[in-house]
Amino acid sequence: MGRLYYNVNEPGKACILSGNEAVARGALEAGVGVVSSYPGSPSVQIMECLAAVSRERNLYAEWSINEKVALEVAAAGSFSGLRSLCIMKADGLNVAMDFLTTLPLSGIGAGLVLVVSDDPGVHSSVKEEDTRYLAPAAHVPVIEPSNPQEALRMTRWAFEVSEETGLPLMVRLVTRICHARATVVPGKVTQRDAKPLIADDARFITAARFHPVSHRRLDKAKEIFEESAFNHYEGPDEASLAVIASGVSYQYSLEALELLDLERDVGIFQVGTIWPLPEKKVLSVLRRFRTVLFLEEIETFLEDQVRVLASGHMQELSGLRLCGKRSGDVPWVMKSRGMGEMDPDIAIEAIAGFAGRETPGRIASGRFKVSENQEQQLPVRLPSLCAGCPHRASYWAIKKALTLDGRGGFALGDIGCYALGVLPTGYETIRTVHSMGSGVGVAGGLGNLRAMGLRQPVVAVIGDSTFFHAGIPPLINAKTNGSQYLCVILDNETTAMTGHQPHPGSGVTAVGEPAASVPIHEVLKGLDIPFTVADPYMIGETVESILALLRKDGLNVLILRRQCALKAGRRSGGARVYVDEEKCLGDLCGCDRYCSRIFSCPANVWDEEKAKARIDEVICVGCGVCAEICPGGAIIVEKEG
Amino acid sequence: MNLRFDPSNIIVSGVGGQGNILASDLISRALCASGCFVSVGETYGATQRGGSVVSHIRVSTRRIYGPLIPSGLCHMIIGFEPLEVYRILKDCGHDDVWVVMNDRPFYPIDVLKKKSTYPEMDSLLKGIGELSSRVKVIKATDIAFEAGNPQAQNVVMVGAFAGLNWIPLDKSLYFEAIRETFSGERLMVNQRAFEMGFAAAGDDTGVSG
Repeated sequence: MGRLYYNVNEPGKACILSGNEAVARGALEAGVGVVSSYPGSPSVQIMECLAAVSRERNLYAEWSINEKVALEVAAAGSFSGLRSLCIMKADGLNVAMDFLTTLPLSGIGAGLVLVVSDDPGVHSSVKEEDTRYLAPAAHVPVIEPSNPQEALRMTRWAFEVSEETGLPLMVRLVTRICHARATVVPGKVTQRDAKPLIADDARFITAARFHPVSHRRLDKAKEIFEESAFNHYEGPDEASLAVIASGVSYQYSLEALELLDLERDVGIFQVGTIWPLPEKKVLSVLRRFRTVLFLEEIETFLEDQVRVLASGHMQELSGLRLCGKRSGDVPWVMKSRGMGEMDPDIAIEAIAGFAGRETPGRIASGRFKVSENQEQQLPVRLPSLCAGCPHRASYWAIKKALTLDGRGGFALGDIGCYALGVLPTGYETIRTVHSMGSGVGVAGGLGNLRAMGLRQPVVAVIGDSTFFHAGIPPLINAKTNGSQYLCVILDNETTAMTGHQPHPGSGVTAVGEPAASVPIHEVLKGLDIPFTVADPYMIGETVESILALLRKDGLNVLILRRQCALKAGRRSGGARVYVDEEKCLGDLCGCDRYCSRIFSCPANVWDEEKAKARIDEVICVGCGVCAEICPGGAIIVEKEG
Repeated sequence: MNLRFDPSNIIVSGVGGQGNILASDLISRALCASGCFVSVGETYGATQRGGSVVSHIRVSTRRIYGPLIPSGLCHMIIGFEPLEVYRILKDCGHDDVWVVMNDRPFYPIDVLKKKSTYPEMDSLLKGIGELSSRVKVIKATDIAFEAGNPQAQNVVMVGAFAGLNWIPLDKSLYFEAIRETFSGERLMVNQRAFEMGFAAAGDDTGVSG
């Protein structure tokens, strides 16, 4: 591990921090005592940063079983008087929402900050969800930084506002903040002196009669936001055009004004406190400009808030034009390059259009020199399961077994590395993808339709971490409602997609200390659900197991257990794998490149010069699975020492 | 610091698993230590599993810029994979772009599946040359093998970029970033990889433009 700059207590000394590290730093500067999370991109590293220094900083850090439990753990810290932080991705907020909506009613203790990361452009998610819309529903204020430096400052400040208002505070991050790194000047890490205690008179009760109290708390938040320097205006006192931007869109807008040489002609207002909207400040901008352009990420939350505000001041704002995604003036879903994601090009084009400026040539054309083979179609590069990934072997076996079974069976999945089962790399085995554990739940529903005539075998796949997060209730539901299907648990012994975080089956804490583990097969034993365990690398045997289970009545589980190839590391298979060029008939073999074309592990390449198969030694991890599928027996697995 | 452009914009491009983030991390920390304002935008996520991965590095003496480079304002490309370099140049190549690249192909699954063909290396390099004004090819994977680990091609490429001195920066700042990142055997391998990349930047083979 490199030097942990987010933990170095040298206030004022510039360093490079990612947005995630900056949030961790902000929490350390606020003296955070409890941190909890369920891993989700793009904000997964915040917890890892804080767990890594938890002993030194005397804080409690845990990977929780799911986001709702994580928020309950953080709330417990807050109730006991410790500043507490909970981190999740947007999808996780839906899971935690039931509990979150009670906190503004019950009130909290010490500062409670909830960091939620959205993924505009869906870089590592299944959907683009805009967290900001859930803030009003939960009665929870939300703020949004525009770069790592602000992420640090806002996180630190959020604890103070949370304590002043008695509300949890949400910090909305996006991928371009979390996964950005930038020069950051940190402040001072605070040594916390609070000790956890539930006072004799402390009560945290949720009841409808506290609804007005939560609104009073929101009014207080609004007062604080009106005074906040995180909402600020730069530019001329009066002009025809102003930009209102939030989040990273603010940074793109600043650059657009610089490139278009409009810094003295166009105003720019950054809204850092998104909700409740700092209405007085926004109105002061609206009154001075004829046209206001909104730049924000995913949906039109800010634009809509301002439209509602303006509708209450129609007379004094008559003639004001409000332009953004809602009005069709800024491209968004289906029309823009990154769906709900903003980028500098969109900002430049939008601002240039309204200011009547030419877009600088290079940016307008998007193509600046034409090469002779410019129009040549380039091969797309779809994501692929890693070389040696046990999921590839599992999907191969599931697909083959379903084909051999011949009754039109299908497989349902959900979220994780194994969601790649929808792509060619997973042989397009998966037919549904929705949310954590959804494949198991939907399979349960289908498995109950047998009485109504459904004849096709149903298979659900779920990862090991997802099994704990959301897989157990639907399995119990299937059992007690008499559903018939095969649940395949793809157990790679880690939370792989997000970078190998432990889960309840791992027997290790977030901090890396040994802990009690709950093995998946023990859970199944306790539930009295029949299960089989197999090694997906043993492809032939796995196909046989699946075939047999597809023909068995009732609810059955197959655990395909093999450690993630990335975690096992190079040479995880412990073998050198190569092609015997004598045995490989190459393009003369009737298999038509069965290894590279059909199995398609990235290490199974084709040597065009020799017209034969080849194993790319730089990529291969030595699992040897391809040797089993080569019809010519030309792939040799040589066990190492 | 004397930058050719301010901000100077660098794209590090590769395939998931090739070590883009580590490379951009080393470069950005070396730049930060020199007193510049730096920002980096990483495009990874699900694509880290074998998809295209891109890092945008932006360095300025004036202020911190946003994490994405406006298209057309890229000045340097550090490429780990030739097809990916060409893919980027198709969108943002121009006369001011300089390229340093590893020419070892990493075949997309579409190619393995015979749904499309990987372009001939000659035509790929020709196209790259036409969409930029300077190209330096580094046999980074071979060099990394020699340094002790083929995975270290990313650090070989960082070494080559440092050796070209397209952003004038003291070599010791890169070394400091490497020392902060690795320890033990991995430190030895990566220091060696950096040095060999640095040296490879100096030889005259593989330069055009």
